[in-house]
Amino acid sequence: MSRTKLGEELMPKSVDRSTTGEPMTLSFGPQHPATHGTLRIVLELDGETVLKATPHLGYLHTGFEKLGEHLDYNQYIVVTDRMNYLSPLSNNFGYALAVEKLFGMELPKRGQYVRVIMAELSRIADHLIWLGTSALDLGAFSVFLYGFQQREKLYKIFENTTGARLTTSYTRVGGLLRDLYPDFENEVRSFIRDFPEKLKEIHTLLTKNRIWMDRTKDVGQISSEDAINYSYTGPCLRATGVDRDLRKIEPYSSYDEFDFDVPVGSNGDAYDRYLVRMEEMVQSCRIVVQALDNLPDGPINVESHKISLPSKQDAYGHIEGLIHHFKIIMDGHGIQPPVGEVYCATESPNGELGFYIVSDGSGTAYRVRVRPPSFFHFQAFDHLIRGGMFSDMVAVLGSLNVIAGELDR
Amino acid sequence: MSEQQTAAEVAEPQEPIVIQQLKEKFTDHILTFIDQRSELSVIVSKDASFEILEFLKAGSNPSYDFLVDVTAIDYSQMEDVLVEYDYARFMVIYHLNSFMTNERLRVKVPVNEKELTIKSTVALWKSADWLEREVYDMFGINFDGHPNLRRILMPDDFEGFPLRKDYPLRGRGEREKFNFGRENV
Repeated sequence: MSRTKLGEELMPKSVDRSTTGEPMTLSFGPQHPATHGTLRIVLELDGETVLKATPHLGYLHTGFEKLGEHLDYNQYIVVTDRMNYLSPLSNNFGYALAVEKLFGMELPKRGQYVRVIMAELSRIADHLIWLGTSALDLGAFSVFLYGFQQREKLYKIFENTTGARLTTSYTRVGGLLRDLYPDFENEVRSFIRDFPEKLKEIHTLLTKNRIWMDRTKDVGQISSEDAINYSYTGPCLRATGVDRDLRKIEPYSSYDEFDFDVPVGSNGDAYDRYLVRMEEMVQSCRIVVQALDNLPDGPINVESHKISLPSKQDAYGHIEGLIHHFKIIMDGHGIQPPVGEVYCATESPNGELGFYIVSDGSGTAYRVRVRPPSFFHFQAFDHLIRGGMFSDMVAVLGSLNVIAGELDR
Repeated sequence: MSEQQTAAEVAEPQEPIVIQQLKEKFTDHILTFIDQRSELSVIVSKDASFEILEFLKAGSNPSYDFLVDVTAIDYSQMEDVLVEYDYARFMVIYHLNSFMTNERLRVKVPVNEKELTIKSTVALWKSADWLEREVYDMFGINFDGHPNLRRILMPDDFEGFPLRKDYPLRGRGEREKFNFGRENV
């Protein structure tokens, strides 16, 4: 396509071509600090006005869906860590829940509650990283440090619970890797006790900050109709005023037993997305406190020798335990859900994270499809930025929280 | 076979309202529906897929106005499904969600390998744009009327369709492009 023809197509009707001349093309990324991963956007600029932004993706494509057809159900949990690498616990949770739906089973209450606690803590961690990096992109360096200080406490808790900071792989089909460690409750409670004050400090740094408001208010605005048309979910949808939270409308894993509010914005701009996420962290704290208060005793895994591994004592001490262990671990045996298909969605920090799994009755899935929220948010990027200023682009990109890992899969 | 069918009819005498509406309006194009694990799937023929989705978006009760996902499955290794749907190798799958009632619906469209073209739904939902590009990229299914149908995740010069069942997990295309010391490095 010749350059002039390209320009003609891209030029919005409101811009008078006779005065502006030919647009300038600028390739933004894939290696750029503000892209948080490897995104590439080709921009058509008229001075500092963005005429068109064309995202190019696939730089982090790793074939996760293809891998799903070759790994067994528990092995695939390791892959889900790498999707949204800011909140791997939520991904583990969503995938395990989908496979359990395929079996038609539910976890014991304690297992469900522990999953909720970990998912909400990872939501806080995810929002804190988002907050820190998006503020950093707009020049607010201290917010980055304040946010990361708090996140570090959470990552310590994750590390103690799961054994890893990032590649947590905490859930198993029909349960969890292990139960919480003895000091878990104290550490989480002390984090929750201090957190509102720290959040207040961030509020004083940003919420009424002249520069922050100028950079984010009315920037990257999207109406609720357009957001629905672009299949927005999560905080980005709620910032436009649509009250849709899967934890409320399709309660999974005992979410209906917790009392929490769903923050909703009105403007659909970057500033509202910021406010919604800030409030979501407060609500997550409420859920965690309730879950800790009512944390039931009992097993965390389902009582089925075809799904959960027997205890080590059992596997080494009894022949039945050894056989059950062997049957789950060995290739060709493993966990075998019934034939069928299932779509299971969870409210991940970024929005609706869906897993569509088709089973042919064998130990590996026939097809695994991941519905990543970032894919949809990034798709509307051109819509959000067109006609805006070049410097707004970083603000919009930051406010969407596009995670390249789940975008490209 | 007939015994099984009657048993199913006795067990579930009432069709969901949306299925009744679809059958009334599109009669022959509604092949079958499955209500499993409290998830409703309807399998429709390719000729009317666009019209059916258009009707589901605005006209049906409840209306499924939110497009959750578009994807496809290569059924070439699932013999029973192939036999049931006239040896259509692929199925394009639309996941819909209703804002009014929060119900979900899965629309499955069998696509035969001989005519790998299905009507695009970008006119109905803007989010279908990239989703259909991904299906094209991964399965090689063409979308008629798509404004910008090209590869999205794989590079433009990539050959083959990675999520087809006959595409190997590793091996193909990995080494051809590197000359390991065969020329002077």
